[in-house]
Order: sequence, then C-alpha cells, then structure tokens
Amino acid sequence: MGDKKLIKIALVGNPNTGKTSLFNQLTGLKQKVGNYPGITVDRKEGFFRLNAKTAASIIDLPGTYSINPTTLDENIVLDTLLNPNASEYPDVIVMVADVENLKRNLLLFSQLKDLEIPIVLAINMADQMNKKGISIAIEALKADLNTEIVLISARKNTGIEILKEAILNYKKFSTITLDDLSAKIDEAFFEDLKRAFPKLPLYQAWLTITQFRNLKHLDEAQKEAAKAFLKNHSKVKQLQHRETILRYQQINNILKKDYDVNRVEGTDLRAKIDSILMHRVFGYLIFFLILFVVFESIFDWASLPMDLIDHVFLQLSSWAKTQLAPGVLTNLIINGIIPGIGGIAIFIPQIAILFLFISILEETGYMSRVVFLMDKIMRVFGLNGKSVVPLMSGTACAIPAIMSARNIGSWKERLITILVTPFITCSARLPIYAIIIALIIPDKRLFGFISLQASVLMALYLIGFLTAVLSAYILDKTLKIRKKKFFIIEMPNYKIPSPKNVAYAIIEKTKAFIFGAGKIILALSIVLWFLASNGPYHFKNATQIVKQENPELPESSTAFTKKLGSYKLQHSYIGTMGHIIEPLIKPLGYDWKIGIALISSFAAREVFVGTLATIYSVENEGDTKTIRERMKNEINQNTGKPLFDFPTGMSLLLYYVFAMQCMSTLAVVKRETNSWKWPMLQLFFMTGLAYLVSFITYTVLS
Amino acid sequence: MNTTVADLKKGERGCIEQIALKSIPLNLLEMGCLPGKVVELIQIAPFKDPLYIKVDGNYLAIRKDVASKIQIIKL
Repeated sequence: MGDKKLIKIALVGNPNTGKTSLFNQLTGLKQKVGNYPGITVDRKEGFFRLNAKTAASIIDLPGTYSINPTTLDENIVLDTLLNPNASEYPDVIVMVADVENLKRNLLLFSQLKDLEIPIVLAINMADQMNKKGISIAIEALKADLNTEIVLISARKNTGIEILKEAILNYKKFSTITLDDLSAKIDEAFFEDLKRAFPKLPLYQAWLTITQFRNLKHLDEAQKEAAKAFLKNHSKVKQLQHRETILRYQQINNILKKDYDVNRVEGTDLRAKIDSILMHRVFGYLIFFLILFVVFESIFDWASLPMDLIDHVFLQLSSWAKTQLAPGVLTNLIINGIIPGIGGIAIFIPQIAILFLFISILEETGYMSRVVFLMDKIMRVFGLNGKSVVPLMSGTACAIPAIMSARNIGSWKERLITILVTPFITCSARLPIYAIIIALIIPDKRLFGFISLQASVLMALYLIGFLTAVLSAYILDKTLKIRKKKFFIIEMPNYKIPSPKNVAYAIIEKTKAFIFGAGKIILALSIVLWFLASNGPYHFKNATQIVKQENPELPESSTAFTKKLGSYKLQHSYIGTMGHIIEPLIKPLGYDWKIGIALISSFAAREVFVGTLATIYSVENEGDTKTIRERMKNEINQNTGKPLFDFPTGMSLLLYYVFAMQCMSTLAVVKRETNSWKWPMLQLFFMTGLAYLVSFITYTVLS
Repeated sequence: MNTTVADLKKGERGCIEQIALKSIPLNLLEMGCLPGKVVELIQIAPFKDPLYIKVDGNYLAIRKDVASKIQIIKL
C-alpha cells in the first residue's frame, strides 16, 4: 500500500454538489490556478498529503452533468479522462455526488464507471440525510455499483479522512464496468463497433465515435476511423438517447432497493423563497437593489483602502528617496517600480469586494435565479443572464468587472461580455468628463430644472452602454465559436454560503489578478515611466535651458520647478511621441500637448488631467478650477482660437467614451482570455472607433 | 395538436410521453426529462421565457423552444 509517492486524482461531479468545498477541504490553500491551453477555462490543481509517505495532486475538473459535453468547459472532463497520455490523466477519480440528487448524479457516475478507471464515489451533504429523511443502504449500494463509497460532508469536514484512506487503496478498486447495456441498446451496432476498434474498451470506443470532434488528442487516423464508422451507422443520436434511458433504468432499479426518501412535511422553503426572488416585479426590484448595493460598495467601501494604498505607496516612494543614493536605479525604483506596484495594488480592494458579493450570490444559489430572470433580455444581445453583473460592475472599474465574467459558464458569452465591458463608463473617465464638460457646456438648465451639464454626462454614460450592447450583438453574429445549443440550467437548492469557500474565492481571484495581469501592468508602467522621464538633447539640458528662458525665477522656487517639470515632459520621449502623432490627431482637433496626455493616460484614464496640469505647469495641481482656467486660456496654435472649444471638447469626450485607453484592462483581458488576440482586437477596434467618431464629430461641429 | 410542456400553465403538471427522440437534446434526457416522468411547471419568467420546471426531483430552467419539444399528457 502506498507504494507510489504521488497519486494523481481527478475531482469530478455535477455542479452545485459541493465539489469546490471538498477541493478546498482537501487542499487548503495549496492551490494553483492556471489555464487549459488555448481556452479560458480555469485549471485548478491542488496538493495534499494522504499519509506520511504519500502525496496527492488533485485536479478540479469543471462541473458537468454528463460525460457528453455541451460546452467547452465540460469538454475538458471528457478530453482529460479519455486520454491516457495526458499529464492530467488520473490514477483515480473522486466523484462527488449530492445525497439529495443522487439519481441524477449517478448518471454521470455510471458513465465514469464504464471508463474503467478506478473511482470512488463521495456522497456529499451526508449530514443532511436525517433532516431530509434520506436513508441509504451503503453496503448494498457499494455492491450494486461495484464501487467504493464514502459518506462525507465537505462543509462540516466529516468523512474526509475516510475518503483519503479510500483513495490510498485505489489499486484495489474494481475497474469492471456496470452491467453491459450495449446488447439492450443495439447488439449488432456494438458488435460492429467492437470489430472496428478492437483495442479500445467498448465504452471508450463508443465515446470515440460519438465525440471525436471534441477529443483533441485523437490523431487524424483515429478521426478518420471514427468518421468512416459513422458513415455506415447513421442512428447514433437515437442510440445515445436509448443509452441514457437505459442508464436511468439501471440506476432506478438500484436506488429503489438501496435508497429511500421519507419526504418530511412540505414546508418547502425553496418554493417560498422562489416566489419572492423570482416574482415578476419584486424579483427585478430585488435584483437591481442587490446590484445597486454591489455597485455602491465597490465604489464606496473600496475608496478608503484605495486611498490608503495610494498613500502608502507615495510614502514608500519618498522614504526610498531618502534611503537610496540618487541615480538611475533609484529613479527607476522610486518613480517606476514602486508606483507600478502601487498601480496593481490599488485594484485589490475593488476585486476583493466584488468577488465577496459574487461568491456569496453563487454559493446561495441566487445566481441561477438571476440567469432565469435576465435570460430573455440578455439573449437578444448574445449575452448571458450573468453578464449583467460584469456590465454593472464596469461602471466602477472594468478590471474587477472583466474578472467577474469568469462565472459565466459558456465561453462565447463570457468572451463577448469581456470584450464589451470596457465600453461601460468607468469611474476613471469621470474626472476627464467633469473637467471638459465644465469647459464646453454652459452651466444652464433646460426647462428651468434639468442641468445641461448633467444631461451631457448622462448621455455619455448612455452612449457607452448602448455601444456595449450593440457590439455584443454584432460579436454574437460574427464570432465563430460553438455555443451550447440548448439552454438548460439547474436551479439549485438555496444554501447558506460557506465562509471558507467565499474566502478562498476572494483569495484565488486576487492572486490571479496580481500574478496574471499584474506582471503586464508593472512592465507597461515601467515603460511609460521610462518614456516620460527620459529624452533626447533638450531633456538632458532642461535645467539650463529653463534657467536661460526664465532668468527672473530663482532655481529653488515652485514656479521654476513647475516650469522645469513642464519643459522636461514636453521634451521627453513621450513629448516627442506627442509631436509625432500630432498630424494624426490634428483632424480630431487636438494639438501635440493633448497628444502627450493621451499617451500618458494609457496608464489610467484619469492621468489625462494630471498630465495636462504638468504640461501647462499649473501652480496648484490639486485644484481642478485652476487647471480648468488654464485650459480655457490655451490657444490652438493651428487655428489661433481657444484650444478647448466646443468641437474639440466634444471630440475629446467621445474619444474617451470609445477608446481602449487603459493598459490594466488590456492586461486583465490577456489574463482572462489567455491570449493577446482579444486585447489587441479591443485596442484596435475600440480606439479605431473612437478615432472615427471623434473625427466625424470635430469635422461636423467646426 | 400535441400538448407540450410549453402549453402548461403555472402549477400544472403533465406526464412526459414517449419523447420524439430526434428533436430532443441529449442533455435534456440526461438531466432527468425521461418518458413517463411527471413535469410540473413551477414558474414562467416575466417575458414568458424561460420556464422553471420540476421533473423527477430535478429543478430546471429551460427555454420555450426546448419545452415545446417535450410532449406530455396533461394531468
């Protein structure tokens, strides 16, 4: 026993059976989240000890009701378990089943059992059996299913040690299939199948021909063999149906004997809660109330820790400045690396708070009700009922919002949600909107009470939202990604969320952000810092030149420092780039100084205002009023008129509505889609659209 | 005209007839929608779609297009 040092386990089970709870109980925080190659499905792997000698690695396969996949996620289960050469191929399967829905859970079990891989059935929520009046004749069930069975409660942490012991003995498990159904399904067909695939166990041969399109590891010859076989046998779909019906009959016969439910009096809590949460009026009211609370908290609760993080990193920078000898490296650390890491940390409060809510909503079973309520509306745009959460959260910040799309099961719907979310007006756009609207829109009231400025702001929000929805519609029609044909979702029982699962979900998402997107954000912020704080000839001799130009200013005065800062930025590499792109942005009504601000604000949109303040060497940078005054007086050197006039202002506003002006979003999209293709598509499509709209706006208005 | 799950009103029940196997998705069967089982319509979403049903102890939400393929005898 235990002669092998590492046992590889695959954790399989229906959704909502407490699979994640079990995974968390077994592994604690020894979890690694990655991606399956080429797709966006999370690959969760964990490690734990079975005894002093033996360790285990466990892979948490996506929840599925059947081995026949309908989505890319479910496909992973099939692909992993049918490919003995894959690194994930398990020594033993642990299948989690919910004691209350044992019948449906056993359908998947009967399929897995036929794969002839050692398997242990962990019946979860065993602590609920008394309450629900369920009794199981375990020994008889073990014999009838010819398998090892352990009763566990993942939440209460009972039965876990027994499960570990069972896993250690996996080599003694029977790998014989359940009663062979092939004769009852279609004897002649399966005889043919045996002859066509003599090397494969019969069930695997059957899956090979029915699922060959989903089996990535098959080589061309095997695929051709499957196709050739199908050519001569056309009724496969009917046989699959018959197989399922027969499997259920088999399970029913066993459960009739070994499983009994004494339905306790009908205080049906589910029905009561459903009638409120899914009510045609109250259902929506409650949902929007919840969304509002979520939105408020990422806005409000997060602001305090965010300010704190901001402060801490500023302090850290100035402290480091006093500790380190001046030089290029020090400059890199205090102005590049520390603010760069600060720029990653600043998102953590929002991400943590959003996932606190989302994991609670998922754990309670409420999310499925949301899908039910929103399905008809969101379906029109190719979105999922769950897309409402990312779209709404996007009004605070696209980073946590895009990460929250992870809870959308179907890949296509998740991808579309990720792609359109940055159109939603996030809070970083507000400072830009505020200052430009104040510049170009008169502070008047329509009909005496509607503020004209507020109406413009609202219109910008609306344009962003409509663009998101419209893009979703177009993407749905153009993206060639296989989508689940039929919408069938389970409405799980209501549950009290497990604090452990919620905490782990928050930790997992935060880690994924820091180590996935954080690296890219840090790298890009260092590049931007380098470009802004280095430059050719004029930059290097900035102090002397500014001194010559302003002999009246003493070198120690604030005014001099401001002038120097402005001069340096204008002559840095970013400044040079501003000059280079000027011909490109001139048709939009911008000059090269705005160009500099556009490039700098790629770090984060709100940097736009601060950059302009630096360029115009505004005395009091914190005061938006003085910045506004300064902007008002700026003259466009090409036209001789005020720079921030109505056409340019409108063009800028609309530019920021559409443009992908946020490197952190690009980084997080790269992390979430596991490819540079989608963030690049966003960058070019959104910024291209922004350019076009701003060009038309400026041309028409001026 | 055949009666289907899509014709049920809230709270009504029906027994699934021999299913027209060709038009029914496999995963509907796998979720427990089998011939001979009783379907109860628990709720209809506000825009008449999807439908919330209970069948053989399973609580499912399905869209109307799928529901209209499950033939039943009203109970």
